[in-house]
Amino acid sequence: MPLILIAILPFLGALLPGLMIRAGRTVCAWTTATVTAAALIGLLVHAPAVLAGEVITYRLDWLPQLGLNANFMLDGLGLLFAGLILGIGLLIIIYARFYLSREDPMGTFYTYLLLFQGAMVGIVLSDNVLLMLVFWELTSLSSFLLIGYWKHLPEGRQGARMALAVTGMGGLALIGGMLILGQIAGSYDLSVILTQKDAVQASPLYLPALILILLGAFTKSAQFPFHFWLPHAMAAPTPVSAYLHSATMVKAGLFLMARLWPVLAGTPEWFYIVATTGLVTMVLGALIALFKDDLKALLAFSTVSHLGLITMLLGFGTPFAAVAAVFHIINHATFKAALFMTAGIIDHETQTRDIKRLGGLRHLMPVTFVIGTLAALSMAGIPLLNGFLSKEMMLEEAERTIWSGTPWLVPALATFGALLSAAYSFRFVIHTFMGPERHDYPARPHDPGFGLWGAPALLVVLVVVIGILPAAVAGGLVAAASGAVIGGDLPYYSLKIWHGITPALYMSIIALAGGAVLLALHRPLDRLWQATPRPEAKVIFDALMAGVVWLARAITAGVHNGSMARSGAVFAVTIVVAGYAAWAGGAQAPATRDLLPLAAVPLAGWFALMLVTLCLVFWHHQRLVALILIGVIGLIVSVGFVYFSAPDLALTQATVEVVTVILLLLMLNFIPKTTPFESSAGRRLRDGAIAVAVGLGAAALTFALQITDFAQPSISAYHLANSKTGGGGTNVVNVILVDFRGFDTFGEITVLGIAALVIFALTEAVLASPVGKWLANRPLNPDKAGDAHPLMMVVATRVMMPIALVVGTYIFLRGHNEPGGGFIAGLIVAIALVMQYMASGFDWAAARQRFPYHGIIAAGVLIAALTGVGSWFAGRPFLTSSFGYFEIWPIEEFELATAMAFDVGVFLCVVGAVMLALESLARLARRSGVRPSPHAMDVDPSRDVTAGGQ
Amino acid sequence: MMQIALTFAIGCFTLGLLMNLWRIVKAPGVGDRVLALDTMVINAIALLVLYGIAIGDAVYFEVSLIIAMVGFISTVAYARALLRGNIIE
Repeated sequence: MPLILIAILPFLGALLPGLMIRAGRTVCAWTTATVTAAALIGLLVHAPAVLAGEVITYRLDWLPQLGLNANFMLDGLGLLFAGLILGIGLLIIIYARFYLSREDPMGTFYTYLLLFQGAMVGIVLSDNVLLMLVFWELTSLSSFLLIGYWKHLPEGRQGARMALAVTGMGGLALIGGMLILGQIAGSYDLSVILTQKDAVQASPLYLPALILILLGAFTKSAQFPFHFWLPHAMAAPTPVSAYLHSATMVKAGLFLMARLWPVLAGTPEWFYIVATTGLVTMVLGALIALFKDDLKALLAFSTVSHLGLITMLLGFGTPFAAVAAVFHIINHATFKAALFMTAGIIDHETQTRDIKRLGGLRHLMPVTFVIGTLAALSMAGIPLLNGFLSKEMMLEEAERTIWSGTPWLVPALATFGALLSAAYSFRFVIHTFMGPERHDYPARPHDPGFGLWGAPALLVVLVVVIGILPAAVAGGLVAAASGAVIGGDLPYYSLKIWHGITPALYMSIIALAGGAVLLALHRPLDRLWQATPRPEAKVIFDALMAGVVWLARAITAGVHNGSMARSGAVFAVTIVVAGYAAWAGGAQAPATRDLLPLAAVPLAGWFALMLVTLCLVFWHHQRLVALILIGVIGLIVSVGFVYFSAPDLALTQATVEVVTVILLLLMLNFIPKTTPFESSAGRRLRDGAIAVAVGLGAAALTFALQITDFAQPSISAYHLANSKTGGGGTNVVNVILVDFRGFDTFGEITVLGIAALVIFALTEAVLASPVGKWLANRPLNPDKAGDAHPLMMVVATRVMMPIALVVGTYIFLRGHNEPGGGFIAGLIVAIALVMQYMASGFDWAAARQRFPYHGIIAAGVLIAALTGVGSWFAGRPFLTSSFGYFEIWPIEEFELATAMAFDVGVFLCVVGAVMLALESLARLARRSGVRPSPHAMDVDPSRDVTAGGQ
Repeated sequence: MMQIALTFAIGCFTLGLLMNLWRIVKAPGVGDRVLALDTMVINAIALLVLYGIAIGDAVYFEVSLIIAMVGFISTVAYARALLRGNIIE
């Protein structure tokens, strides 16, 4: 299976659970599991080659100009992580099927889970750091959805927000770091960057890049001082916690450090930042974990601690430490996922996770007891379980490490961390399962069905098997992954249980014995711990966030308080100041163009425009008058466009003008006839001064631009020269719209369609609310005069309809070579249709409307998109147009261009959007109790009365 | 001869346009302004046609046709808004 497919499969599969949930929860779970299993199998097919040292790659150009390519790479490290993500993901999917209750929307859960899974697989398989950043952000977003899955719990929402804020900020830093790294290395491809160790470490930008990248990694992997989000993310359902915090999300940071280890590691900066952070995190996390009563919180802090351990190992920068780190990643994923699932089982069965309310469960839940105990003992580092092996390697490496000339510091703290780790692991076992059976569990506990304990049991089997036969079971994977991390020859190491009497063994014994002693003293220590004041991370975080929000609000409110006048003033002043600065700092080239002679008619038009605009400024409080004045301005502008040889613009302006007037008149029906005077005289004077400054500035700028030729050749010349040869049309405006800048147009018609749909949705929302009732029952206007559906108008519009349609068709067809095109044709047809609504009424017209406008919009966008996609089949980029000339007797030679199909899309979208917007607004004006007239026109209003038999 | 006729006609319609403008600026009611705007559209169409004849370009003729075809809708809409409040009943 190509690598890109492995990464994309979960994303594609994410569509399925939401649909399959209709077929039942089990079907939904199986579908999800099938998707993950397919990706896993696709990955495992490559495993033999990768374990033999091969690197599988897949390359696809995406935006090569930016260095952003969809390049994927699978080496030992990628195989290890992708295997963990997909393998444990599969177990989590099965576990979640039995864990989630009937009230939980399972389809949503699996969709989020698959999105997250795809993002994670994407990170570990990316060969391009920019692509990796995309996936990195996707994990932040999808984990937000997963952590906040229980939307009704405030802790869930807060935890999700906190996780998003912290990892999102880290992601931002990471982007900076990766860009610097890519600049230094000269490529954004990892396979290139990894070979540039000397260049990167010699660069003066090495330290900034390192710090930024590490910020990304540390926030993701919950390293001190960013560790606080992880325990709060425990508000998520247990399958999420088990997945995110054992094998995936938090391991992404470790993966990043491991991935970039060959380029970044080995310097003192790397050692002191990474190893120290890891060490502090390990000890601190373990210490807090010991005093947590919530099982999941205990596991959360133990996760923080173990992540610290792995970070520290990576930070040591020696090949042996890297091997130990890789090995511990495997071991931690297995026992920690099993432990989280055990905690979930206990929570599920006893309805509590509070360790103080548990105890004595070993007889009630024997299966869970065995699973949980084996996993916890592995975490403590008991021989014959896998946790022991990697911990021994860690201690061995720590023993050799000298921190700033102090040889005892790292070994002592590492031993202390291991001791604490042993203590909380023992506590997990003893305080939950041992001791006397109690009678006050919130629910009567018993072992769950196989569905719940099957997944952790499988993991515990791995824990034991790796623990006993490490080299045989995990040796190949460890070697392959470590080889990828180190990027060179592997150091000497041996994965076996007995290494002889070594210092590490003594340290291990001290840790286990000390852990047992510490647990015996837990009660007094706990009292002491609870009495000690400590900074509460959540309080600090919340205060920080509140401060940031306050600052953002203050700035936003200062610039943009919702008042159009304020926004306009800020914008205008900025423009004037920037324009003045540019003007004062530059020089004006001498005039190279002569002024055109002034004719009388344009002068009259100019005078009219000025006068009407001035009137508008003074009279805009009377809304209907303002609309009429705007109509005059629109007319003069249209005529001006024709005069200045822009007939396309003139046609557009004239038709848009009509639609705008109808739209605004529909709205004016619902709002007061006048705008109240709200601003003081001083304020108006100030705003007037700003407006005059902007107006004069814009006029001066236009004048200055027009009296000289452009310094550089303008793009217009290119368009004029290539319109016929490249786009097959002589109407440059239309060729620009549908060909040169077709992608723009495609975006615009999509936005237009969305805007119309939003108007529709808002109208529906208003009509469904109490406001809708009020609108339907508001009193009729007593001053109404004339007929609702006058004969003259009905007849005139009926006659106009076919003419307007023919004109629309004509304008459309000739658009490529003469003024016109889909946009104008769409407006003309929409106006022809609106005429019918106005003449014969909403009900009459709506009854004859056979295609819903939503569908017309969608058809337009789809046709445009399909036209664009069509060029892919010809091996050309999206929306490349082609054209040819055809001759069918008896018609003369004519041209067909793919751009015309695109223009059909534009046409349909415009018709649909305009009609949907107008129809939605007209819907607001309908009243209840007014029976629609069955007749198209009001010839004789009394006929309904006589027909009714009165 | 043609040139004189064109100049005369353009002069007349321009004058008409300015008189419409006067009506828009100073009018007893909104209805008068609507009428003035409608007449203004007609005068503008006439000017476009005349200008097209003057420089011999058919495009102006087409544009004026389309403005004529759709331009009256706004007037109808204004009238309906004034008479009945609602333009689509």
